[in-house]
Amino acid sequence: MGDWMTVTDRGLSSESKTISQYTSEIKMSPSSLYSQQVLCSSIPLSKNVHSFFSAFCTEDNIEQSISYLDQELTTFGFPSLYEESKGKETKRELNIVAVLNCMNELLVLQRKNLLAQENVETQNLKLGSDMDHLQSCYSKLKEQLETSRREMIGLQERDRQLQCKNRNLHQLLKNEKDEVQKLQNIIASRATQYNHDMKRKEREYNKLKERLHQLVMNKKDKKIAMDILNYVGRADGKRGSWRTGKTEARNEDEMYKILLNDYEYRQKQILMENAELKKVLQQMKKEMISLLSPQKKKPRERVDDSTGTVISDVEEDAGELSRESMWDLSCETVREQLTNSIRKQWRILKSHVEKLDNQVSKVHLEGFNDEDVISRQDHEQETEKLELEIQQCKEMIKTQQQLLQQQLATACDDDTTSLLRDCYLLEEKERLKEEWSLFKEQKKNFERERRSFTEAAIRLGLERKAFEEERASWLKQQFLNMTTFDHQNSENVKLFSAFSGSSDRDNLIVHSRQPQKKPHNVSNGSPVCMSKLTKSLPASPSTSDFCQTRSCVSEHSSINVLNMTPEEIKPNQVGGECTNQKWSVASRPGSQEVF
Amino acid sequence: MNFSEVFKLSSLLCKFSPDGKYLASCVQYRLVVRDVNTLQILQLYTCLDQIQHIEWSADSLFILCAMYKRGLVQVWSLEQPEWHCKIDEGSAGLVASCWSPDGRHILNTTEFHLRITVWSLCTKSVSYIKYPKACLQGITFTRDGRYMALAERRDCKDYVSIFVCSDWQLLRHFDTDTQDLTGIEWAPNGCVLAVWDSCLEYKILLYSLDGRLLSAYSAYEWSLGIKCVAWSPSSQFLAVGSYDGKVRILNHVTWKMITEFGHPATINNPKIVVYKEAEKSPQLGLGCLSFPPPGAGAGPLPSSESKYEIASVPVSLQTLKPVTDRANPKIGIGMLAFSPDSYFLATRNDNIPNAVWVWDIQKLRLFAVLEQLSPVRTFQWDPQQPRLAICTGGSRLYLWSPAGCMSVQVPGEGDFAVLSLCWHLSGDSMALLSKDHVCLCFLETEASVSTACRQLGGHT
Repeated sequence: MGDWMTVTDRGLSSESKTISQYTSEIKMSPSSLYSQQVLCSSIPLSKNVHSFFSAFCTEDNIEQSISYLDQELTTFGFPSLYEESKGKETKRELNIVAVLNCMNELLVLQRKNLLAQENVETQNLKLGSDMDHLQSCYSKLKEQLETSRREMIGLQERDRQLQCKNRNLHQLLKNEKDEVQKLQNIIASRATQYNHDMKRKEREYNKLKERLHQLVMNKKDKKIAMDILNYVGRADGKRGSWRTGKTEARNEDEMYKILLNDYEYRQKQILMENAELKKVLQQMKKEMISLLSPQKKKPRERVDDSTGTVISDVEEDAGELSRESMWDLSCETVREQLTNSIRKQWRILKSHVEKLDNQVSKVHLEGFNDEDVISRQDHEQETEKLELEIQQCKEMIKTQQQLLQQQLATACDDDTTSLLRDCYLLEEKERLKEEWSLFKEQKKNFERERRSFTEAAIRLGLERKAFEEERASWLKQQFLNMTTFDHQNSENVKLFSAFSGSSDRDNLIVHSRQPQKKPHNVSNGSPVCMSKLTKSLPASPSTSDFCQTRSCVSEHSSINVLNMTPEEIKPNQVGGECTNQKWSVASRPGSQEVF
Repeated sequence: MNFSEVFKLSSLLCKFSPDGKYLASCVQYRLVVRDVNTLQILQLYTCLDQIQHIEWSADSLFILCAMYKRGLVQVWSLEQPEWHCKIDEGSAGLVASCWSPDGRHILNTTEFHLRITVWSLCTKSVSYIKYPKACLQGITFTRDGRYMALAERRDCKDYVSIFVCSDWQLLRHFDTDTQDLTGIEWAPNGCVLAVWDSCLEYKILLYSLDGRLLSAYSAYEWSLGIKCVAWSPSSQFLAVGSYDGKVRILNHVTWKMITEFGHPATINNPKIVVYKEAEKSPQLGLGCLSFPPPGAGAGPLPSSESKYEIASVPVSLQTLKPVTDRANPKIGIGMLAFSPDSYFLATRNDNIPNAVWVWDIQKLRLFAVLEQLSPVRTFQWDPQQPRLAICTGGSRLYLWSPAGCMSVQVPGEGDFAVLSLCWHLSGDSMALLSKDHVCLCFLETEASVSTACRQLGGHT
């Protein structure tokens, strides 16, 4: 057993570092941890088997070695190397067939393991480069965040400055307004002062004028005179009349007469205008009635009774009014009647028009609903096609015209013309056929295009779905990696819990090793483990840390995933530090695992 | 279009008689009366001094000649050449003289506006009206000649007196709510009197014949106000031009503003025709635009011809930068005139002096703009039809009608600088006045002119 221990120890020592990078759990039970370690060590053990054999078996201890191997193999569930012994005392014979079988199986196992290891290694590399990429992304985003934060601060500063400016401007505006107010007040005060001064000046001026008047007028100025040969008669031939109270009264009378005349004239004009307007109104009313009455029967079924009665009322009114020709009277009642009836009519007309509008819109809607919704593109295509057709038709007409003209011009004899006509007909038929085939081909092409388009759409949907899944798995992995990354420096060798449970091969390995080690929890597959993990997390001392990283991861990953194409997610380069990583389990981007 | 030979003239004193038969013109101290059709001198009167003002009486029988420097008015009779009348205002002086509408009274305003003397030619009677206001337009007669409105100033307040012209009886006397009344104007129907305040305040008041205040209108405050006012011949509209470069049209029913016409320096509306006067060398000009003098063939050809071009919008008009710190700045609407049928309104904005704006009053919008090469001096509507005559102080006469525009070179030796013009009553002819000469311009009959105009409109 001492040998065994050394072997395992070696394996352990060579692998412990690698493992520590990929184990995520601190709170694993020691027993499971141990078993895990053992499990992990099993692969390098098988790899190094060759080198061990030189030391393991010598000439002296062949028997022992065989028995040891037998023991080992039986514990692993292989058939015994020895032949079934008949008795207890007899020495057991080595069964070569069994040995060879065992060896073969071991070799097969070895190959399988190697394959698995390779896969795991490549995955490891991929994940490592993914990690690098994400880290660079993370740092970039951090930088971006920083710059945007700085920008925001700058903008805030600018905003503050602008606000400050705005405030200043407001202040200025207020000042200006005050200034304007002040100036207006000044103007007003100046105006009053000016008026005052003017008045004073004017008074002085008036005084002076008065004096001048006295000086000039009171003195009997001989010069002020009219020198006239003889007085002329008045223009109207009448003699001037004395000014008396009578003339005054007459003047007043005349003035009022003039004013009255003016007012009468204006009234007449207004009356005329009114009459014309009334005429227009009447005509309008009549037309409205005539317009509405034929439709009255139809809409009556639909329209509620009130409108119908209104219409009849209106008609009665109209008849009455026109019969009595009350239009000339500008009596209040007539006016009211008129305006009311017009208003009613107008309302009816309005509702009618609205209804018509509604109908029109409904028809439109129905038209749209009847056929499948025609996309605009189709519509345009259709119109284009139709235009083309029109063009062709036009050309055809033109050619026909030309032909007709030619026919007329040539004026051939009947036979030839009929022959020619037949020719033309045949030609036309042929052309039509050609066109028809062309059209069919076009139609076919169109159909094909449509089919391809729908296929493409389906494919796109599938791709999107796959992409979503990828993203989810990738997120999960990211999350796990982040946590491992955080605990990289911890001394403990951690268990890597996330087995890809769907892989049968792995399960097989696990199961085959189970008997050797203490029972461990991992055998059930990763989902259970993960759920446990998440459940146990809140109680752990590093919860906050973990949460932080997790949130961080989720943030960044969400951004990255959105920006990245699947090709980007698959790492292209292999990081140097990842080369000696032997063991890591991760779901590949393409795997169907649901986290 | 024909032109008469030129006659001498002084002080731009030349007037058609109201009946359209005679043309009175002054040369220094002589008054010459000619027959409009033959242009032969009918009468020649000699006054005592250089004549400063002439005015026909409404019945075309008398002409008054005022010599303000000497405080004299001389009246001449056309029927009786030997008849004479001389009114001497003596030491009181004379600043204005005018006929009353009956043609038998003369109203003389003495210096300092001390009083107005009403001299009668029928009787010896003399009446005095005290306290007339010294303002731009203080006397206005109704069109039928029945009433006279007079602006007065007493005790630093403005009043308006309405007199019956037949016997000079005071009919109404009322104070107006104005700071400093500047003008009064009767509506053509004689029932509404427009009264407006000085340019310091935008205020226009409308009074009925019986002195009631009908309405008051003010467009804005604290800025220079009304510059000129014009009634439409139908009395329906009152156009008020103000210093803000706008014309506001008030209606006669509510006396509220119907619309305002701005006079921007750029015209963007493509519907508006902008006629731009352009000078061309004579070789390039077409015959239809230059009117060779048919009577005087000896006249030298003009150095250049001008014609109208229709400018494509947007058009920017030449503007003056007004000197705002001086009195009477050259801004605002300085001239306003309605066409005789009230369909059009011609305006001039004083800081765009080269342009005449013609507005369509039926549609209340701008109709056409004429941009001349030099500032517009005067424009006047044909009394018979919507036809506008414009002069710019150059040797050309410009005519606008809705059909088009044309410019006519006034023939004669040297340049005949048309400073002013006045239409004959019939619209068939007009007198063109230069500093020293007068010349009659006979337009063709209406039909031929309108076709010519249309042709021109098509050509431009």
